[in-house]
Amino acid sequence: MCFLVSLYRENFCNFNFQNVKNQFSCDQIVLSNFLLHMESYCLAGNGEELLDKFLVAVEMTWRGVELPIVHEKSSFFFFSGLLQTNDKVALKEITRQLQLENVIGDKVFGSFAENLAFLLEALRKGDRTSSCPVLFILDEFDLFVHHKNQTLLYNLFDISQSAQTPVTVIGLTCRQDILELLEKRVKSRFSHRQIYLMNSFDFKQYIRIFKEQLSLPAEFPDESFAQRWNNNVQRLPEDKTVQDTLQNLFHYTKDLRSLHLLLMLAVSNVTVHHPLITASDLQEASRQHRMDSRANIVHGLSVLEICLIIAMKHLNDVYEGEPFNFQMVYNEFQKFIQRKAHSMYNFEKPVVMKAFEHLLQLELVKPIERPSVRAQREYLLMNLLLDNNQIMDALQAYPNCPTDVKQWAASSLSWL
Amino acid sequence: MPNLEHPAYPAATLLHLESLVPCRESQVSMLLSIFGERQQFSFPSIFIYGHTSSGKTYVMQTLLNTLQLPHVFVNCVEYFTSRLLLEEILMQLQSCCSETEQTSHVHCDTFNDFVRLFKQAVVSEELEDQTLYIVLDRAEQLREMEANILPAFLRLQELTDRNVTVVLLSEIVWELFRPNIGCFEPFTLYFPDYSIGHLQKILSQNHPPEYSVDFYAAYINILLGVFYMVCRDLKELQHLAALNFSKYCEPVVRGEANERDTRKLWKNIEPHLKKAMHTVYLREISSLWMFRVGFGLSAHTHVELPYYSKFLLIAAYLASYNPVRTDKRFFLKHHGKIRKTNFMKKHEKTSNHLLGPKPFPLDRLLAILYSIVDNRVAPTANIFSQITSLVTLQLLSMVGHNDQLDGPRYKCTVSLDFIRAIAR
Repeated sequence: MCFLVSLYRENFCNFNFQNVKNQFSCDQIVLSNFLLHMESYCLAGNGEELLDKFLVAVEMTWRGVELPIVHEKSSFFFFSGLLQTNDKVALKEITRQLQLENVIGDKVFGSFAENLAFLLEALRKGDRTSSCPVLFILDEFDLFVHHKNQTLLYNLFDISQSAQTPVTVIGLTCRQDILELLEKRVKSRFSHRQIYLMNSFDFKQYIRIFKEQLSLPAEFPDESFAQRWNNNVQRLPEDKTVQDTLQNLFHYTKDLRSLHLLLMLAVSNVTVHHPLITASDLQEASRQHRMDSRANIVHGLSVLEICLIIAMKHLNDVYEGEPFNFQMVYNEFQKFIQRKAHSMYNFEKPVVMKAFEHLLQLELVKPIERPSVRAQREYLLMNLLLDNNQIMDALQAYPNCPTDVKQWAASSLSWL
Repeated sequence: MPNLEHPAYPAATLLHLESLVPCRESQVSMLLSIFGERQQFSFPSIFIYGHTSSGKTYVMQTLLNTLQLPHVFVNCVEYFTSRLLLEEILMQLQSCCSETEQTSHVHCDTFNDFVRLFKQAVVSEELEDQTLYIVLDRAEQLREMEANILPAFLRLQELTDRNVTVVLLSEIVWELFRPNIGCFEPFTLYFPDYSIGHLQKILSQNHPPEYSVDFYAAYINILLGVFYMVCRDLKELQHLAALNFSKYCEPVVRGEANERDTRKLWKNIEPHLKKAMHTVYLREISSLWMFRVGFGLSAHTHVELPYYSKFLLIAAYLASYNPVRTDKRFFLKHHGKIRKTNFMKKHEKTSNHLLGPKPFPLDRLLAILYSIVDNRVAPTANIFSQITSLVTLQLLSMVGHNDQLDGPRYKCTVSLDFIRAIAR
């Protein structure tokens, strides 16, 4: 049992995509061709896990491809836009990973200009026939594009175009318009090869992927259990509720990461007493996955805070979404207390202010501009970040709500 | 009967854990099933949200400490820049992984260095492939740091290629965190607020040993009845419970009533609680001061101002909140009629009281002052210096620059209640 669960954890959490090879077989052939020609590429993909998959595919290809020049030291370097946030850091990292001579242990010596000159010289020294090829993979490529002057990209693409050490640069990004972001001189050095990775499967294939992801592989030690489990998995999509759940998820997002999250939640309910996944497990997982977080927060507010939110809702209705300040909300609240409320005690202004500030802290209400020292807190203009439907739904679910508060919320404009 | 079951951890530990976290069993069992066994991989990032005092920090700390999982716990408000945060994580990691007590200061500027140093630090005998948990409390501060910190933390498992899980705790919902460029979505878990029954159960656990459980439970019932509408925050309620209990017990201590005389106890405590709503709940006075002096004191009631300053302040309030047209009407002995123009008819509805004070020039202030003070006021330097001291006290505020050509303009920043209190 533990083995089963840990197997799934490996697959879903570590995002080890070895078992989804078939999607990229054609790309592998394409890739090995490209690698032989040593140029620079840009890959745009929808959804980030596709890029992870591609990375794995690249890695496998690189190790498996028969290049005409094969050296033991195959150089495959991976950089991420999230980590290397500007050119200086990126350059140091490149120097460190390439283990050039100005690196001792982990420290890189020299200034930015020196490092750059050194790196370019090192890369220029070789030629196509005798040096080992270098592959740079830049993850979050769109973040690299925002560096100052795009110097790093310019130099890397420059080297890859000239006939020296064979260098390939592959950029991975989520943006489809990445070429617009490149500067003119950088774009001219780019080889304009783009591979688009899209999730192009339809719902039937989605269900097939679901079954595949959930089935146990052949190497699983307990054969009879594996058999039972796989049979159960094959039968699951025939259930209407399972189909509805998957359909909902498919309409919301096609990417496999959300599917994995759902499956992980469902699998975590598997215990010795409950060995097979049922439709209700999936339904429960889906419900958890799709909770409305703002409604949850509103559920936990006190009655006074709910009254303030209803007062803001009325203000929004009357003034059509114009920003309001605390004084207006308090006024509206006073009107309610004097006219209709029998269950609410007339709280004093500082107490109401404290409740209002709690709403500010939860970011349900946001000021339009940053509060300056000069302006009084009561007159600061704000906007409500909930809409009417959310408020009414949340009120339905609110426990022990006094009836006059509910009626006030449902009442339309009384004095217009 | 223990509700928490997990094959990887001994049942005795789980029973102990359950006793420490009342009313949170389902969240803890969810977390346990996500964490899995020690060596197993978990979600790369988990986001836990819920109201203040819904037990997020407490449950995480108790869970990690009781089960002795290797973890690093950092509060993002305390370490509010990226450098402080990353260095603190690395230092705690050192003490977590190594046997020696000494921790040397690690220098770490960027996330790149952090990843490198992290990979080096995690290789150790102590961890033995167990999942390392990095818990970031008050995670909303991460949004104020550099733009790459939050997305990088969410992907830390992938970037470092190690068995690590980052847990973010916050009050604010995930939608407000999501960066514009997209990021790795974490697993979100909601800690629901405590219901009134839960609050009763948790607060009753703190009963002082001299009194019986039922007596204290009745007291908590009364307290919740008064304060539940306003406040559901467990910490605030605990503070109020501790403060007001001695007053509640007074009749019993004095011998006037015994523990079961609920009506007498209620009559004694009710006005006290209503007063507590105004001062102690707002935390305007400290609890120590309250014990010495008693209730009914508010910080704002006693501001002593000189004679002319009071009039100046009242004049400023009038100048701020009355429109200029009405000055002639109110303050002159022989005033004419005011004709309403079209412009005024359109804008009648928004009262000045709702929009805030308007700035007024110094001349207008003095004009109103002369008309409301009975005896003659000479425009001496005394008056002007009192105006400046009002500005320093922040009862008036200066609008615009010091060297304005038209003369200084001011705004009144106090409320009507304050003016009424002064005018007595």
